[in-house]
Amino acid sequence: MKILVCISHVPDTTSKINFTENDTKFDTNGVQFVINPNDEFGLTRAMWFKEKQGATVDVVTVGDKSTEPTIRKALAIGADSAIRVDAEPLDGFQVAKELAKVAQDGSYDLIIAGRESIDYNGGMVPGMLAKLIGANFINTCVSLEVEDDKATAVREIDGGKETLTANLPLVIGGQKGLVEESDLKIPNMRGIMMARKKPLKVVEPVAETPLTKAEKFEKPAPKGEVKLVDADNIDELIDLLHNEAKAI
Amino acid sequence: MSVLVYTESENGKLKKAALEVASYAKAVADAIGGNVTAVSINSDNNDDLANYGVHKSLEVSDEKLQKFNADAYAEVITQAAKKVDAKVVVISQSANAKYLAPLLSINLNAAYASNVVDVPKTDNEFTVERTAFTNKAFNHTSLSTDVKILGLSNNAFGLKESKAEMTKEDFSAELGDDHFKINVESVDKNTDKVSIADAEVVVSGGRGLKDPKNWGMIEDLADVLGAATACSKPVSDMGWRPHSEHVGQTGKPVASNLYIAIGISGAIQHLAGISASKTKVVINTDDEAPFFKAADYGIVGDAFEVVPKLIEKLKDFKANNA
Ligand SMILES: Cc1cc2nc3c(=O)[nH]c(=O)nc-3n(C[C@H](O)[C@H](O)[C@H](O)COP(=O)(O)OP(=O)(O)OC[C@H]3O[C@@H](n4cnc5c(N)ncnc54)[C@H](O)[C@@H]3O)c2cc1C
Ligand SMILES: Nc1ncnc2c1ncn2[C@@H]1O[C@H](COP(=O)(O)O)[C@@H](O)[C@H]1O
Repeated sequence: MKILVCISHVPDTTSKINFTENDTKFDTNGVQFVINPNDEFGLTRAMWFKEKQGATVDVVTVGDKSTEPTIRKALAIGADSAIRVDAEPLDGFQVAKELAKVAQDGSYDLIIAGRESIDYNGGMVPGMLAKLIGANFINTCVSLEVEDDKATAVREIDGGKETLTANLPLVIGGQKGLVEESDLKIPNMRGIMMARKKPLKVVEPVAETPLTKAEKFEKPAPKGEVKLVDADNIDELIDLLHNEAKAI
Repeated sequence: MSVLVYTESENGKLKKAALEVASYAKAVADAIGGNVTAVSINSDNNDDLANYGVHKSLEVSDEKLQKFNADAYAEVITQAAKKVDAKVVVISQSANAKYLAPLLSINLNAAYASNVVDVPKTDNEFTVERTAFTNKAFNHTSLSTDVKILGLSNNAFGLKESKAEMTKEDFSAELGDDHFKINVESVDKNTDKVSIADAEVVVSGGRGLKDPKNWGMIEDLADVLGAATACSKPVSDMGWRPHSEHVGQTGKPVASNLYIAIGISGAIQHLAGISASKTKVVINTDDEAPFFKAADYGIVGDAFEVVPKLIEKLKDFKANNA
């Protein structure tokens, strides 16, 4: 089985979010970048397929040179080779088009992407990619098994779960649950050394025009002070929730 | 010009979110000029849509669509959009809607903006405001295609009544085997509890509750309020509560009217996921817990004393205000 894991390079969850150039660009100053958490679960699941079922695992990111440490980390975790499409990701459609080219060139059986990236929260790349290459698609995937050319997946739905089966080729939008948090792989010294020798191929983009443009960013208005209610005066809280907040 | 809205139903009944997306679609139609058409799948009665500005209801009933199937549902909406020559397609941000949206986008050659929180600006470009960085920021996005898809964040617009003369029409989409390549083997849905996504009120517990045995009072409080229960990440990591209850940046987003956090410190990743909720209440022993900076109302106190009292008082309140 040939697996491709799509990795988006995102600010660490503790990052302070600021903008520059008249609030049109994310301010990367002092920000630590990581593998998108949803993709990290998928990557670890891919390692399981590699170890248990002899799959080969490539990782891909669409991004400029500054994303290389992030995909090197994926190599250190155990991916066999990496591809970087040399383009600035501008919107979900453009990224999906770039990934579709990589996916078709490599004829992968299984493509693991994340439910959403935690920066732009588009939640659209994996589905678009699947549709573009004519593969099956399962979103919010929390469990995945593959036997021959048939996948069984569990998908999270509002208020429950659903078990689905589909033939390969398949694209998933994965998340926590694909593997347990405690099983996430952290690169060790040997992995890091080996990653230096693994291939990282830089490919030219197909240069598709994006369909949307992030024009401007804004931070939420600062919050007013919290109203404290005495622990012995629950009636006041109920009154505030009912009359002031109109929440009950 | 027309706006198409996909109004979701469950077991034949329209969901509340369907009325919200209809209200929003009406506002979009007013902004760009034109009428609202709704498309529903296996919904028994769509009369209520007329109260939220829907002009025409396209009603699909098809045994094959009994279970949700993203590809087939996206195809139905695609054909409905083409039929009414929709310029904007409005959907919710339920798990199902988010699943089908990117497929719909490719089908219709339409730009898609997710997590939209406001009515589009249409002065020269078509721009919407959406949340980004897991609610740590907003982002104004312009959409440049002829047809556009907007995914409205839950509870971001609310219900706005607007009476319309609504006509109904049976609609059947042409679907091939190709649209049913994914098989639903089984559905495991908790039907007697509200889901976090649909809930008006969410009651959430953190590590401060110390033991899964103490969740009885969280559930009791949720019962009085008709709320969904949720938890912080460590609570689900330790197996005290199911993963499906984990809220925050790496869990589920919460956009409820009321969010009550009990024994949760308010780490940045937790707050990111719940900041779209309208009113936030914190109950915590530590007055320095960061959650107090994010909350509207707070009680500095021991959950084991405060919560049982709150349950009793709320029962009285509900009895008097029923
Ligand atoms: C990459 C990454 C992603 C993450 N994503 C998420 C996420 O999506 N969601 C999430 O929740 N967390 C997330 N976290 C974890 C987050 O950083 C915090 O560790 C977590 O939210 C803390 O959970 P907590 O508030 O339940 O526990 P704690 O921080 O331990 O807080 C417990 C609180 O309970 C209070 N308390 C104690 N006893 C009582 C009592 N008797 N009555 C009332 N209050 C009491 C304490 O004062 C304290 O404030 C993430 C972390 C990382 C690194
Ligand atoms: N620039 C990118 N390069 C590679 N994969 C990406 C990129 N952006 C998004 N993805 C993949 O698509 C998923 C969903 O991203 P999004 O649609 O942007 O929320 C991510 O979890 C990644 O798996």
